[in-house]
Order: sequence, then structure tokens, then C-alpha cells
Amino acid sequence: MKFNGTTDYIAANDLQIAVNAAIALEKPLLIKGEPGTGKTMLAHEIAKALELELYTWHIKSTTKAQQGLYEYDAVSRLRDAQLSDNKVHDIANYIVKGKLWEAFEADKKVVLLIDEIDKADIEFPNDLLLELDKMEFYCYELQRSIQAKNRPIVIITSNNEKELPDAFLRRCFFHYISFPDRNTLEKIVEIHYPDLENELIQEAMIQFEQLRNRQGLKKKPSTSELLDWIKLLMVNGINAEGLRQEAQQNKVPLIGAIIKNEQDLALIEQKYR
Amino acid sequence: MLLDFFLLLKKRGIPVSITEYLHLLEALKKDVASKNIDNFYYLCQAILIKKERYLDDFDHLFGLYFKGIETISDETIYQIPEAWLRKNAERFFSKEEMAKIQSMGGLQALLERIKELFKEQKGRHQGGNKWIGTNGSSPYGAYGYNPEGIRIGQHESRHRRAVKVWDKRQFKDLKDDVELETRNIKLALKRLRRITREGQAEELDIAQTIRKTSENGGYLQLEMLAQKKNNVKVLLLFDVGGSMDDHIERCSQLFSAAKYEFRHLAFYYFHNCVYEHLWKQNKRRWDETVASYEVLNKYNSDYKVIFVGDASMSPYEIMMQHGAVEHYNEEAGIVWLERFKKQFSNLVWLNPVPKDEWAFTHSIQIIQKFTENKMFPLTLRGIEEAILALK
Repeated sequence: MKFNGTTDYIAANDLQIAVNAAIALEKPLLIKGEPGTGKTMLAHEIAKALELELYTWHIKSTTKAQQGLYEYDAVSRLRDAQLSDNKVHDIANYIVKGKLWEAFEADKKVVLLIDEIDKADIEFPNDLLLELDKMEFYCYELQRSIQAKNRPIVIITSNNEKELPDAFLRRCFFHYISFPDRNTLEKIVEIHYPDLENELIQEAMIQFEQLRNRQGLKKKPSTSELLDWIKLLMVNGINAEGLRQEAQQNKVPLIGAIIKNEQDLALIEQKYR
Repeated sequence: MLLDFFLLLKKRGIPVSITEYLHLLEALKKDVASKNIDNFYYLCQAILIKKERYLDDFDHLFGLYFKGIETISDETIYQIPEAWLRKNAERFFSKEEMAKIQSMGGLQALLERIKELFKEQKGRHQGGNKWIGTNGSSPYGAYGYNPEGIRIGQHESRHRRAVKVWDKRQFKDLKDDVELETRNIKLALKRLRRITREGQAEELDIAQTIRKTSENGGYLQLEMLAQKKNNVKVLLLFDVGGSMDDHIERCSQLFSAAKYEFRHLAFYYFHNCVYEHLWKQNKRRWDETVASYEVLNKYNSDYKVIFVGDASMSPYEIMMQHGAVEHYNEEAGIVWLERFKKQFSNLVWLNPVPKDEWAFTHSIQIIQKFTENKMFPLTLRGIEEAILALK
């Protein structure tokens, strides 16, 4: 089982090695990097490339670790008891399985994406230590332990909003997706928009790079912004010539796709004035 | 051979553990890296390094260990300014180590020794041996000398014919601008949480539900509650500039932790002591000030106030009218401090100066008296104590 990128996703060599190490050793892989460098996409593409099913667990600020395992729906059981439904005698009917449970139970190996783990409470990762290490947990209501039939490939993404605890990091492999260099960037654009005229790509890349290299930006534009922008240029029928003309008047067309906050916009405009 | 590399990483302060080393061996056994040095480097990186701020150090040590430094510039060694050495020595030695140094004839003697060693190292290098760190018997080792020293040679690597991946040092930028190590501070601040219920009722109130249901003669009646939220309100006042420049890093750690932890957080800056004006942005301190009266009016007395400052100044700046260093103040600093205390009964002062030294500065003692002994050092422990005092 080896991951070499897909036709829609360029995985750099270092990323491939990290993914393959995580697959071979059956350890979770923690992915960090600037927003928009394809952290979440990675899990989708691994699932696609290896033809495995993907389970996604999106983490929010209110997510508890327990929700990934299971939840006991006491309210519907109470309701059923009043309606004297027969279901009520079996507690298993009221256990709602979480994503981790579903992934553990799958007959084939699956990919499990725990997306944006840093959004949850600061103690959240600590509550998952054993579950990710041993790939099993205990369900008190059913009094049995749930064990992974096949250890899933676990991909965890983080945007670094919170520091993750060391004990958690010990159990993961780690990869930092850095912003792609020019060549890789061109390749990425090409697989997304294969029949784009070459000249436009070149011109767009130059302007994009200039914007990205601007000192003092709060949020540097990344790959996903570039792709959105090129798409917008295409939809609006702007070609390389048009792009150049605008540049001569010190303007970047559709800049809203690249620069997403007021201060940054003000900074860029200042330069052009 | 790999074990030495592992130990080198450990020695240079990269947090690696046996588990990770075993993982690496296992991965090698399973042939994940397919016997290619670049892939091997990527593999080591993925398995051994867990935080992006260590990536640059790792690149550096990897290059050092698996290649050895080929060129080292002669001039740079002789050009190390003494001030630099001294500054870094003070930064990187712990208290015990400083004591040890004293017993060896003081910093001056040690600096001489370091310089000597630099020269010696160059000589040895020309002899063809590997440089510092590879065999782990570096003469500085015992004194915890920082890898910074080695980086001197790095300028030269650009002239090498083939630049390896790890020599690109592409993670160099990540070293300093990542989030500071604030997890511990956040955990300490967490204790200040005051959980109250507000907003829409969406949690099941089990006790009430049972009561209402039994009152209802067994018919289920659900009772809901609003969710719990952290409702503590904090006003942070930072001393900036002057003597506080030495403590910037710790203050910004505290700030970033507090910003994350408290939903109701207000902060202002002052210089040395609070007077009639505070400011919100340090850059704009001269043209965008906020009247202290306004601050006192705006925030209710349920706000908890944390002063952060070294309280090290001339006593006049606190006690006297017109005593401030920067402007002509109509009322003495202590008058303003007292106004804050009157408004906010929950008030502590965090001081980045080590506690042992407080007794030597008169102004610190004045402030300490003003806070009624609620001054705490700006350390993890101090923050914990301060939080307890605020509760």
C-alpha cells in the first residue's frame, strides 16, 4: 500500500514519505501548514488513491472527544419508554456511534480524517491518546470494548491555533506542508486547469508571487487562493494581455479572491498608489 | 551510527524519545525510505520532529551529522564580537551553570577559552576531522553551549557545489514566528474561568427533568438549560518600553495565552506607572491615547485587573506630582494607582523581575505595598499564585 499522489493532487516527495511511513507503521499522521496548502485535501486524495473509504470527523470548538466514540441518547430512550416502544429494552438501540467507532468497525481498512483538531478545547487531544494508540476504547453502556478490525489510516490536520500536548505528539508522525515552490505551483495549476493558455498562467503567477512576497501581509495568499483567482480570471474572460494592461495601471483585477482582509488590501493599494 | 545521531538531537534540545527512535528503526526495516538519502531525511523528519519550530534545527543537525562541515569561514570566527559572545553566554547559561563559571574564573576567562576553542576547532577541521558535535565530546557540551555557535559556519554552505535539501534550511522562518510555547500558561489561566450559563437553553437539565416529570405523574417533561460559558472579565495593563524591553518575550507569551483564554479581555499599555493616559497600540502611543478616567468608567468593578510591569523606576515617578519621565503629570502615579485599586478590588501585579531581586529596588517595594502583597513573579508558578489571589 503506497501513496504517490493522484492525478488531481501533487504530493511532494517529503509528503509521500511521511504518508507512507504513517501507513506502514500504522501511526496517525499530523499535518500542519499554512491555510490553503491542501491539508484536508490530502486525506481525500489518499482515500481516492488507495481506493479506501473515508470517514471525516470535523472538529469544532464545542466538540468533545467522547462524541467521536459514541453518544448515549437518553432522551429518545425516555421518550420510547413512555410510548412503550419495544426498542427500549435494548440499550444498544440508543447508542449513537461516532466517527471513530464507525471507522474501527469497517470491514476494510479506511482513512479517518480528524480535521482541524486545534479548534477543540485544549484538553481534547489528551482525551484521545489511548484511542489512537491502541485503536480501541471501552463502551460502558454496552460493557464491551470496541477494537479496530483494521487499524485505519488516521490523518489529523491542525492550523496551529492551539499548541498540542507532547504526549499526543509522541504518538503521531508529523509533516509540515510548506508553500510549494514555483515549479510545483505551476504543476498544481496545470492539473486543475489543463487547457488554460500558458501565457495567462505565467502572468498570473508573476503577479501572484509579487503579492505573496509583499512584506507585512496578515494572511499570505496560498495555493487555494491562487486556484480560485485563476478560475475567476477565466470566468471573467481576462487574458494575459488584459492582466498586463491592468498591471500597468497598477491594478490587480479581482484582487478580492487573493487578499481577504481590509488591512492587507489597504497595504497593497498603498503600494500601487 | 543512528543512535549517535539520535543522541545528538537529544543533546541539542530537540525533544525526541526512545519510542520515536524505535519507530524510525521499524520504518527503516519496512523499507519506507527505499535506501535513498533524501528519502531517509524526509523519513527522519516525519518521525522524529513534531513541531515545526524544530525543523530548522533538525535540518542543521542532519547536515552536520551526515555530512560534516566542509568549509568554515576563517574571518567569521575572528570577527565574533565579544559583546555577542557575552550576551549569548548570559542567555544560554542557567543559574547553576553561571555559578560553575564563576568558580572557573568568571565569564571573562570562559570567553577567552571559547575564543581559543574556536581557533582550535578551525585547526582541527583542516586536519580533516569532523567538526563539533559529531562525536558528542564537544568541550562546550558540559556548559550547554548553544548551537548558535556552530551556525557561524553556515554562511559558507552556499558556496558548495551541490546543495542538499536539508541545507536549504527552508524552515528557518518557522523558528521564530510560530506560536510561542503558551500551553502551560493557558492551563494556568484556565483556573480563572468563571463558568456561568448564558444564551439559548440547549442542554438537558437532568435534575429538573426528573423533578418535573415526577410532578407530572410520570409523564416526561423535558427541562433545558443554557450552555456553560467562561465569563470571567480581565483587564490587562502592560508596562512597555525602557527596562521592560528585556522581558518582551515573556510578556507576549502571557498576552497570547490570555487573549485565547478570556472572552472578555481588555488591555492597555502604560510606561512605568499609570497616569492620566493609557494607550491601546504601542506604535501610536503619542497620538492615540485613552484617558485613564475613561478606562475606569468603561469597565465595571467585576473586571479583574492584572498589571504586568517590572515596577522598576525612580520612586518619584510613583510618589510625586510632575515626577513622570515622559511628561508633566498633574497627579502623582500613586493617586492613579489608588483609583484603579478603588475601582477594581481584584487586582494583582505580575513582575518579570526575579523575586529575589525585589528587595533591592525601592519602587518595587512601594508597588508591592500598594498591591497589598499581591505582586507575583512572571513565572508559571507566579501566574498560578496570582490567579489564586484573583479568585
